[in-house]
Amino acid sequence: MEKIITTYSEAETEALGKALGELLFPGAVILVNGDLGAGKTAFARGVARGLKISAPITSPTFTLLHVYQGKIPFYHFDLYRLDDVEELYEIGMEEYLLGEGVSLFEWAEKFCEIFPLEKLVVTIVATGPTTRLFTFSAQSDSYIKIIGALGR
Amino acid sequence: MTDLILGVETSCDETAAAVVAGGKKIYSNIIASQMDVHEKFGGVVPEIASRKHLEAVNFVIAQALAEAGCTFSDLAAIAVTHGPGLVGALLVGVNTAKTLAYALEKPLVAVNHVLAHVAANYLVHDIAFPAVCLVVSGGHTSLLYLKARGEAELIGATRDDAAGEAFDKIARVLQLGYPGGPAIDKVAQAGNPEAFTFPRAFSGQDEIFEFSFSGLKSAVINTIHQMRQKGDTVPVADVAASFQAAVVDVLVEKTCLAAKIKGTKTVLLAGGVAANSRLRFCLEEALAKDGRKLFLPPPALCTDNAAMVAAAGWDLYQRQEFAGLDLNAVPVLDIGCQK
Ligand SMILES: Nc1ncnc2c1ncn2[C@@H]1O[C@H](COP(=O)(O)OP(=O)(O)OP(=O)(O)O)[C@@H](O)[C@H]1O
Ligand SMILES: [Mg+2]
Repeated sequence: MEKIITTYSEAETEALGKALGELLFPGAVILVNGDLGAGKTAFARGVARGLKISAPITSPTFTLLHVYQGKIPFYHFDLYRLDDVEELYEIGMEEYLLGEGVSLFEWAEKFCEIFPLEKLVVTIVATGPTTRLFTFSAQSDSYIKIIGALGR
Repeated sequence: MTDLILGVETSCDETAAAVVAGGKKIYSNIIASQMDVHEKFGGVVPEIASRKHLEAVNFVIAQALAEAGCTFSDLAAIAVTHGPGLVGALLVGVNTAKTLAYALEKPLVAVNHVLAHVAANYLVHDIAFPAVCLVVSGGHTSLLYLKARGEAELIGATRDDAAGEAFDKIARVLQLGYPGGPAIDKVAQAGNPEAFTFPRAFSGQDEIFEFSFSGLKSAVINTIHQMRQKGDTVPVADVAASFQAAVVDVLVEKTCLAAKIKGTKTVLLAGGVAANSRLRFCLEEALAKDGRKLFLPPPALCTDNAAMVAAAGWDLYQRQEFAGLDLNAVPVLDIGCQK
């Protein structure tokens, strides 16, 4: 299942993320792909808002992972600086994936083969200075349902 | 009575240990990545993995003591960074420091990494308080008000990307290599900072000290993409210079404003981006106009190191703000809640 949604501002992207965040469940895995500056962090900020997290959501590029406590915990990963899949295991990715929180990965495409089959993949393409094309795709029922409810 | 503090730092990429006397005099300052020979890539190989910290931590501590010509028993206390940072990395330092404190029966002090950057200044300058400090690095962009040594209040931070992160990412798009800060600084020297007008996020009525660099990042990337799409050659030096000017303008404007509003004569700069030549020059110049003075550490103390941790730890030690053996790593650690 695939769905395409276009946003025309950062605020719209955050709103889209928020709508998704409100539909997510403990243990959910979201992979966010897109070039530098596509809007992955802006989207993740929205997801956090949807999880009722009001803390500032800053870019996790440098620290690789930011953890927030919300309605359910939010694990915000950024694999931009990682070169070796081993490092991902060493920062404890597997434990987070098995945990009760929502895990969101920026730059997930760098290591796409290691993620569980059940996941939601979001691809962002900048089609203009302020327009972003979002493609949501998933193969498993729980995520297909969520995609169906998005953008209604 | 000894005044030697052992500082331990493992919050991000660097594994480091240092011995500092009285929060001022550096006896040793060891950084694992600098001991390695494989600097052939011209940059720091990120020591992201906790395993690498674990392998290196005992070694850098032993080296720090050896270079300082002292032993564990000569120490007054052990200072360790307990946040903010990556939890697995932080834990290596925290657990090592706790073990040492327990085994040696020495006090343990827990240092905030951002305040450690501030304290790098205390190693080389005698600062008159109150002061304002701008901490700019790959992971942080924070404005602090300092009432006294070791008494800090956060007055502003980035809402998205850190300044150093923006430098690294734009350097990547311009294919200038890593680390991006020095690379941009260098090519910008030959560029025109007014060639492109990139956005400066001054705004925010209620949050005048909040920074934002992601808008600038995407504007610069847009400009580069458009030129590449049209088949134009990208004037790398001009783009770098104009980007750098935009970052520096915002940092200077907000720092000066903070000094003005807080009424401080002294302004400190800290963190890896403090080494940027335009930032140093422009900030110094803007502050001098109002009769304010800028202080910053030498480059080796701007990037992550453990001497700054020992310096910040000294203040806690003097105030007897000791950490318990139940000390934990705090990945998201606010300024002012360092206990
Ligand atoms: N429709 C839009 N949706 C999201 N962001 C937009 C949009 N239009 C413009 N922008 C701008 O694009 C930038 C997106 O930056 P952001 O840091 O979120 O991207 P990112 O994909 O996380 O980048 P990085 O690869 O560095 O992690 C912001 O500055 C934002 O204002
Ligand atoms: Mg991002």
